[in-house]
Amino acid sequence: MKAAPFEMVRPAALADATALLTRTGAHALAGGQSLGPMLNLRLARPTLLVPITHLAALREVSETASSVTIGACITHAAIADGGVPDIGLPDVGLNLLARVAEGIAYRAVRTRGTIGGSLCHADPAADWVTVLTTLSAEVLTTDGRVLSLRDFILGAFRTALTPGELLRAVRVPKLSPTARWGYVKACRKPGEFAHAMAAVLADRGMTRAVIGAVGGPPIVLEGASVTRTPDLPGLDAVDAHLQRVVLGRAMTQAGLA
Amino acid sequence: MPTKLTDRSHTGYGIGHSVPRKEDDRYLRGRGEFIADIRLAGMQDLAFVRSPLAHARIRGIHVPDYAVGCVFTAADLDVRPMQVVSALPGFKISDQPVLAHDKVRHVGEPIAVCVAATRAEAEDLAAAVTVDFDELPAVVDMLAARRPGAPLVHEHWGDNVFLETVVEDDLTAIRASAPIVVHRSFRTARQCMSPLEGRGVVAVWDRRLEQLLVYSSAQLPHIVRTGLAECLGLDEGRVRVVAPDVGGGFGYKGILLAEEVVAGWLARRLGHPVRWIEDRREQLTGNANCREHQYEITAYAAADGRLLALDAEATVDAGAYSAYPFSACLEAAQVASILPGPYMMDAYRCRTWSAATNKPPILPYRGVARAGVCFVMEVTLDAIARKARLEPYEVRLRNLVPPEAMPFDNITKKHFDSGDYPECLRRAVAAIDLPAIRTRQAQETGPLRTGVGLSIFCEQGAHGTSVYAGWGIPMIPGFEQAVARMTPDGGLELRVGIQSHGQGLETTLAQVAHEVLGLPLHKIMVVHGDTALTPYSTGTWGSRCAVMAGGAVATACRELAGRIAAIGAHLLQERVDTVRVGNGVVASATGSVAIEEVARTWYRRPQDLPASVDPGGLEVTAGYKPQRDSGTFSYAAHVAVVQVDTELGEVRIIDYAIVEDGGVLLNPMIVDGQVIGGTAQGIGTALYEEMPFDANGQPLNGTLAEYLLPGATEVPDARIGHMATPSPYSAFGQKGIGEGGAIGPPAAIANAVNDALHPFGVEITELPITPRRLLTALMKARA
Repeated sequence: MKAAPFEMVRPAALADATALLTRTGAHALAGGQSLGPMLNLRLARPTLLVPITHLAALREVSETASSVTIGACITHAAIADGGVPDIGLPDVGLNLLARVAEGIAYRAVRTRGTIGGSLCHADPAADWVTVLTTLSAEVLTTDGRVLSLRDFILGAFRTALTPGELLRAVRVPKLSPTARWGYVKACRKPGEFAHAMAAVLADRGMTRAVIGAVGGPPIVLEGASVTRTPDLPGLDAVDAHLQRVVLGRAMTQAGLA
Repeated sequence: MPTKLTDRSHTGYGIGHSVPRKEDDRYLRGRGEFIADIRLAGMQDLAFVRSPLAHARIRGIHVPDYAVGCVFTAADLDVRPMQVVSALPGFKISDQPVLAHDKVRHVGEPIAVCVAATRAEAEDLAAAVTVDFDELPAVVDMLAARRPGAPLVHEHWGDNVFLETVVEDDLTAIRASAPIVVHRSFRTARQCMSPLEGRGVVAVWDRRLEQLLVYSSAQLPHIVRTGLAECLGLDEGRVRVVAPDVGGGFGYKGILLAEEVVAGWLARRLGHPVRWIEDRREQLTGNANCREHQYEITAYAAADGRLLALDAEATVDAGAYSAYPFSACLEAAQVASILPGPYMMDAYRCRTWSAATNKPPILPYRGVARAGVCFVMEVTLDAIARKARLEPYEVRLRNLVPPEAMPFDNITKKHFDSGDYPECLRRAVAAIDLPAIRTRQAQETGPLRTGVGLSIFCEQGAHGTSVYAGWGIPMIPGFEQAVARMTPDGGLELRVGIQSHGQGLETTLAQVAHEVLGLPLHKIMVVHGDTALTPYSTGTWGSRCAVMAGGAVATACRELAGRIAAIGAHLLQERVDTVRVGNGVVASATGSVAIEEVARTWYRRPQDLPASVDPGGLEVTAGYKPQRDSGTFSYAAHVAVVQVDTELGEVRIIDYAIVEDGGVLLNPMIVDGQVIGGTAQGIGTALYEEMPFDANGQPLNGTLAEYLLPGATEVPDARIGHMATPSPYSAFGQKGIGEGGAIGPPAAIANAVNDALHPFGVEITELPITPRRLLTALMKARA
């Protein structure tokens, strides 16, 4: 199928992009690896597409003593490769972001898909939604808002962004040198949507497990509630079993078994 | 008897040599011309309004005023429905309308066609057309379809059975006495053939020739021509079909599609070219359906594992219509005739039903019926092996047709031409270290379990007139013809009615011609895929081209060699019986003249020709049929070693070995490519590919994100071993081998999974083996 008619306007600067996105039916295009197929299947029917990946303000990378901030339009491939040319990408610890990025779909998707685009699409089965929730990452918006991932992802394909507001960057706290991490997804081939996914982080006295691909926002378990056999209402026996298996394996990876 | 290979083989380009493919230069540089590459002046795109419902009466079709003239429905068309008549007794005919008018019978069935400058605009028109339906209850499951009271797909039939067949020996005595009895129910999923390139058609009315020119991504262009002429009511001479470069077919492109007929009608009506390029959604949800079988099998064996009898009931979900030209019954009829596989048995009973359902018509896919049949038979043999306490290979060795019995007529009268089946199996087992695997398995206690599985099968190829005559469908293969024609500068054109869409026939047929004439390969051009340029042929299907087109090319080249010899002898001033043609020359004891020179003489210096020259010149049309046209039987054994993750339900193939016998191989590298490609598809059948439907007949996997195909990371490096037992019936001893790769994997992988899961008391009898199926079975066993 081919997309229904739409207009496309390429903004010169970030302010132009946000202005365009206040229009009814406007939609940002930040890689298009999910939006492209949805357009062609006519599941998404925007009247105006605003490509944003060329905007320098959305491609900045910075670092402080405690965090790494990644521009929304940095691609999965750049993260997997250790950064964009001349900018690089500081490590949050354990080379973790690169390892996650490398497992997203396949290279062609990683080359165009962006971290911000993936978060704004808010597919429950997306790697970044689960992983960045586990890492206590925050999103910085063009309206100057700072939101935790848990406040940003409202549901399947729903975020807290308002019309004309763009996700500008993601701020990821650095891990301590003793951090332990595990991440496992059940997915039979590259590019297949995960049937179950779990990330586990133990750092600075805190333990958190996040279960993704559940059809809604990820399920967050913390402290004593992190167990290999969580209650998973709404999932059938096979899906719940798969979630428990990947959680157990993620905990084993993190050395928490 | 096959011709003994000549000394030309030493040139390195003849039969048996792994010559790089001639066509790859354009393919690998992206310079091929596929259907969507064709651009004609004034060409417009088509999009179809398709049924959103599986079963409904059409009450009205509403076209908005602005779209009138750009949207056409059945009321506008004067074409006949696509119809397949079979000679088989009891066969029920289903008229397949090219645009539905009174009723729709599956989701995706075309209802109207929209014409616009681009596909996107044509889809906008399609979205603006509304159809009023009265929804009818849909019949979605093949077993439910057979039950009395089921909704009727074709009301006037009175039931939902295209055809029922029975083969029946008396099993009473065996039933009463057999020491080993195994009963199993099996199911294989509905799949969608997924060539890289989908279907597509460009149609234009040629005013000068008063002829419809249809470019189609097709593998049977001559059959498409006949079908188009029948549906459009045109003389066949008024239709020309050209298959350009075709990006894979696997059977899907052997079918006449409604979209082709509609495009042909529109091109004539509108006076400008039109095209339809299928997209993945159309391919998956409405068109390329294949393989959906259900079996009830009871096998009877002696205590030593020897098969006594097989009692089978098989149902094939044939969908809503009998697709042209192969009919809705090809699968089920094949099931009945090939279920016994390469094994001997004393008695056989098989009842089959081709059930009509509200799903797209089932179409023939590489290894028609065989992938399912092999899976069923081989899992059954493993079950017998367990009861007889034998290694699976041992029970097979006790039942395979032995080499000394060849040629062998099996219980369904299949004539196995040659081969050593037990040796093939022994080599496959030797290719893996079975004792080491058994030791490893005994030590495994965790969630990861190793399993090893075997399959062995034979593949009938190049079925001829005698096989298809009783079948009586619109295409029955007869003599295969080839034209061999010298060009004035000494080149050779081969014109063949088959179509090469990935098989490398532009290379292998040139190798055959080289074998006869010794001309360099770069001087040999294979012309195919065009009804105006090639002799009639049923086309490329049924693993027939190496045998049939290869035989035809050899026959035509030999006849051409005789005419070249006559002119050459005259130029050499020798008697014709003292010269021979080869290595690109006509040679006598004392001298030689280049074939190039002979060609130049015939075309450009006729004054130098002998008075007795054959006025037919250097152009020969010759026909070929093997001495026995019951087909060649290639065969293979597959062995899979898998690791099953019993917690995630995932299956990983850790080793895969194949031993195959395709007789004399025209080009071993191309054969390996065929085996590897087929194996990838077989792995899809085993583990990934499935088109499920909901209770209302809605297809659920509408994109390749849901319909999983194996990719590079899922296909192991299969190790391939060759045997080369010549067929006694083909021109060079070659056998058809195009489909075998796809047949063996489901059986071998299922047996490997069942071997791994044996400690858990789990046996899988349904394909594909998805994590959900595997985990459900494990949970059930634990409960």
